[in-house]
Amino acid sequence: MSGILNSSIGRKFAMALSALFLMIFILQHFVINLLSVFSPDAFNEVSHFMGTFWAVQYLMQPILIFGVIFHFVMGFILEIKNKKARNIAYVKNNGAANSTWMSRNMIWSGGFILAFLILHFIDFWFPEMNTKYVLGDMSGMHNGEYRYFHELQEKFVPLWRVAFYCVGFVFLALHLLHGFGSAFQSVGANNKYTKGLKGFGKAFAIIIPLGFIFIALFHHFNH
Amino acid sequence: MNLTLKIWRQKNASDKGKMVDYKVNDISPDMSFLEMLDVLNEQLVYKGESPVAFDHDCREGICGMCSLYINGEAHGPDRGVTTCQLHMRMFKDGDTITIEPFRATAFPVIKDLVVDRTAFDRIQHAGGFVSVNTSGNTIDANAIPVNKHDADDAFSAATCIGCGACVATCKNSSAMLFVGAKVSQYALLPQGKVEATDRVLNMVKQMDEEGFGNCTNTGACEVECPKGISLENIARMNTEYLKASLKG
Repeated sequence: MSGILNSSIGRKFAMALSALFLMIFILQHFVINLLSVFSPDAFNEVSHFMGTFWAVQYLMQPILIFGVIFHFVMGFILEIKNKKARNIAYVKNNGAANSTWMSRNMIWSGGFILAFLILHFIDFWFPEMNTKYVLGDMSGMHNGEYRYFHELQEKFVPLWRVAFYCVGFVFLALHLLHGFGSAFQSVGANNKYTKGLKGFGKAFAIIIPLGFIFIALFHHFNH
Repeated sequence: MNLTLKIWRQKNASDKGKMVDYKVNDISPDMSFLEMLDVLNEQLVYKGESPVAFDHDCREGICGMCSLYINGEAHGPDRGVTTCQLHMRMFKDGDTITIEPFRATAFPVIKDLVVDRTAFDRIQHAGGFVSVNTSGNTIDANAIPVNKHDADDAFSAATCIGCGACVATCKNSSAMLFVGAKVSQYALLPQGKVEATDRVLNMVKQMDEEGFGNCTNTGACEVECPKGISLENIARMNTEYLKASLKG
């Protein structure tokens, strides 16, 4: 049991578990963001709750940060190990004959998602941490009203940021199109539900990023 | 058919190696790929040059000895066949065909297109077997009831000929389809269950020590496998390994 994370299968399993965890987080993030389209007040209420409730801030947030860092670091470690496993490259390799572009380029789609996440953290997470834990303002208020919806709208004014976010979501879709099914394969899923899960994974990989794109565009055109 | 061949030539394991161009003429579409290489080698010997070394044995698609990465695919562009069963009718007159050895750090080139695949043998030695008491009281295998579905799956897994196309095809040079098949063929049968824990732990350990990469589930191995070994075997190996890790 102790050496499980040193084995190829153990690392795959850990990678898959972190991926499944992050997919649940993305779904939750999407649902909250979608509220901003239908009800600014509801979005403000939920954002304030998520931003101040102790279990979310001190329990779930550190787990999430660990999950994100683990997934990226393990992804890069596995990529380096896999590159070492073929010391001489083929002169001619027809990868498209037997596998999808998404499956062969997870490191690139993941890398772009990382770039997107850095901007996303600079846009939202770092200012949020600064306001709450450096300046000590836990009220969530600005000029007498909740600040969350206003901050969200403000961020989606510049076209360059909206475009970058949309491209980021396209890469998220490409990553999930392979990653969802791959995660279940890695944890050993092999039963009568596997085919249905793969279909659900494809729908998830397209609907969620498309939804995020819709939200970004909605706020860009409705500020 | 007249063809241009771009072939990897490497004198020995320490030689750097390079691609060399050759012309072959009057190739019949009914020839196998290896017969076409035989024609080339006859030409080379006639000219006093060193023939191209390549692996082959049964030439009937069942021994797993032939290899070759042809036009960017293990065992060439046809599906469900080994290189010896690949026929020249799959190519067109005037084609340029690129022929390389199976590439993986764990499969070092010995000469030209011949690679050392004994890493697979060492994985098999680590646990790819069933210990049978040969005291004279051995139970007749046919007397042990086996679920038909499991028997079929075990038989499908056992059709793996260990050619290494999965490793050659995988962008990570992963051997998990091979090991998954070997683990599955025993894990599914009552005779294999007794040693299941040690088997999967030892085989995976040996696989990792040999320097094969990690599976990222691209599915390329399943597509290029000449015996159609399914990815389900990797999922089964993953489950077996995780169960064994918790037990052992």
